[in-house]
Amino acid sequence: MSNPRGRFGIHGGQYIPETLMNAVIELEAAYDKYKDDPEFNRELNALLNDYAGRPSRLYFAEKMTRDLGGAKIYLKREDLNHTGAHKINNVLGQALLAKKMGKTRLIAETGAGQHGVATATAAALMGMECVVFMGEEDTKRQALNVYRMRLLGADVIPVKTGTATLKDAVSEAMREWTRRISDTHYCLGSVMGPHPFPTIVRDFQAVISKEIKQQLLEKEGKLPDAVIACVGGGSNAIGSFYNFINDESVALIGCEAAGRGIDTFETAATVNTGRLGIFHGMKSYFCQDDFGQIAPVYSISAGLDYPGVGPEHAYLHDIGRAQYVPVTDDEAVEAFEYLAKTEGIIPAIESAHAVAYAQKIAPTMAKDKIIVVTLSGRGDKDCAAIARYRGEDINE
Amino acid sequence: MNRISSAFENGKAFIPFITCGDPDLETTAKVVREAVKNGADLIELGIPFSDPTAEGPVIQAANIRALSGGVTTDKVFDLVRELRTDVRIPLVFMTYANVVFSYGAERFISTCKETGIDGLILPDLPYEEREEFEPVCKKYGIALIPLIAPTSENRIAMIAKAAEGFIYVVSSLGVTGERSEITTDIGAIVKIIRENTDLPCAVGFGISTPEQAKKMSALSDGAIVGSAIIKIIEKFGKDAAPHVGEYVRSMKSAI
Repeated sequence: MSNPRGRFGIHGGQYIPETLMNAVIELEAAYDKYKDDPEFNRELNALLNDYAGRPSRLYFAEKMTRDLGGAKIYLKREDLNHTGAHKINNVLGQALLAKKMGKTRLIAETGAGQHGVATATAAALMGMECVVFMGEEDTKRQALNVYRMRLLGADVIPVKTGTATLKDAVSEAMREWTRRISDTHYCLGSVMGPHPFPTIVRDFQAVISKEIKQQLLEKEGKLPDAVIACVGGGSNAIGSFYNFINDESVALIGCEAAGRGIDTFETAATVNTGRLGIFHGMKSYFCQDDFGQIAPVYSISAGLDYPGVGPEHAYLHDIGRAQYVPVTDDEAVEAFEYLAKTEGIIPAIESAHAVAYAQKIAPTMAKDKIIVVTLSGRGDKDCAAIARYRGEDINE
Repeated sequence: MNRISSAFENGKAFIPFITCGDPDLETTAKVVREAVKNGADLIELGIPFSDPTAEGPVIQAANIRALSGGVTTDKVFDLVRELRTDVRIPLVFMTYANVVFSYGAERFISTCKETGIDGLILPDLPYEEREEFEPVCKKYGIALIPLIAPTSENRIAMIAKAAEGFIYVVSSLGVTGERSEITTDIGAIVKIIRENTDLPCAVGFGISTPEQAKKMSALSDGAIVGSAIIKIIEKFGKDAAPHVGEYVRSMKSAI
């Protein structure tokens, strides 16, 4: 979808310091060299299958379907991947690529900690050094994941600047990359940042929609009517959408974190409340004030608590191919509890945003229609925070 | 002809960087005038940005102080208008692409022209993306000043050829902030720049002492100092102007 300069319509590009330009050019050249290389793909597929546990299951949520009384609901179980989220798909690809490029050190940003855990995991597996930047606020919300990363041998650096959340972690990882480039690969966790990251991450996540298509054709003999995924930067969503973009009959729905509501300032719903801007290496939509200062966004979900959205999503929004809907904290928490009680599956609070929207639209659709909801991750990491949200103080 | 070239006609140029509105715009105006009085040849005025990804902790903190004080792009333009009643040396803005983009390229750059800004330094606008603002900069005669980094290598010639105003040579890897030692071979970078343009080049990032400024300007046409000045402002707050003036005098006399 992107042209050679990494543009998705007017979005994308490479708005980064000159210090990093040769690094992204080198990365693009390496990616072009390896992406269709049979040996690289054989190694990557072996890792995805034998190590990460792909293909992930496409599960028919029969009770949920019956309870909602409308469209059939399938859950794409990225939560069952090794490390508990879709993040591993991208990280294994990038770590393998970095290794081929002769890099010995991975750095990463993380919000909820899932991408940090995945990067620390890949670094441990491949014998690479790993440093993860995480907003100090998020290290508190996701203390368990901090421990997991350290257990895997990574250094976790709490970022205290700005709002001490995901955007600040991205800024600090970018700063670290300018300090140390020659042996270091910045393993960016979402379909954002400067070209070629939005394309590389999308390609590594596209396995999600490739599998959904095959699995649903086997089970139902047809395409889904809607694919629903949560959107922060948007990597699990683009992965879920990508192989359906040309199938016009499939509605593509991204669920943004509305926080306390899109009519409040405590929201992270970028497409719904942001406007066009340039930040973190890309042109896209951002939550910002009248003078272009990036807004301090809010969501209960550390993984969706980001003021921007990947450039390909901005483009899919512009051309009307995908729609982006806001889901509030309250709705997401209710969906978190609903899926646990109805299907015995505890989704990540990020993924619960997608579940919440499926609950809304399924009853409005005919029984022969099919919705696929991507469960991007599992919710063990969120249990303590949701308990606190419900006024219960538990130890993790 | 842009007045930036005049900054390099008085020996080696000393170029201070000041974050506008840190701690308030009245202080910024006083600091600028003291710097001019004590030998600054060109001043980089920073328009604060919420998430300055090329800055180290010192300038990040200055950005936050300025924004918390309520500084906006409009107020910075008002400051420039007021400064231009008596300040004659070249003034350039240093800020981030979104500050310009959000204001509207045409509106921002035409207001630069109207208020008396001579150039624009945007650390997140590399050569590949300069089309974003360059046509409008050309239209209004505002120099879009490029940065060349220690990692630029094969890109130096291309960037130098397309440059306007002067060339900002980034001394070291990493973000802005003081360094005890600068190890990059600045001489080698400047040699390639000279082969490709007649524009002057000044070295910035990590310079704080008169010795460093002397060494870096000997290899180029001038020295840019940011974090060391911001630290003085951080320390003395509203009373910073004479201290900055004294520092500028010592740096200018060293080079």
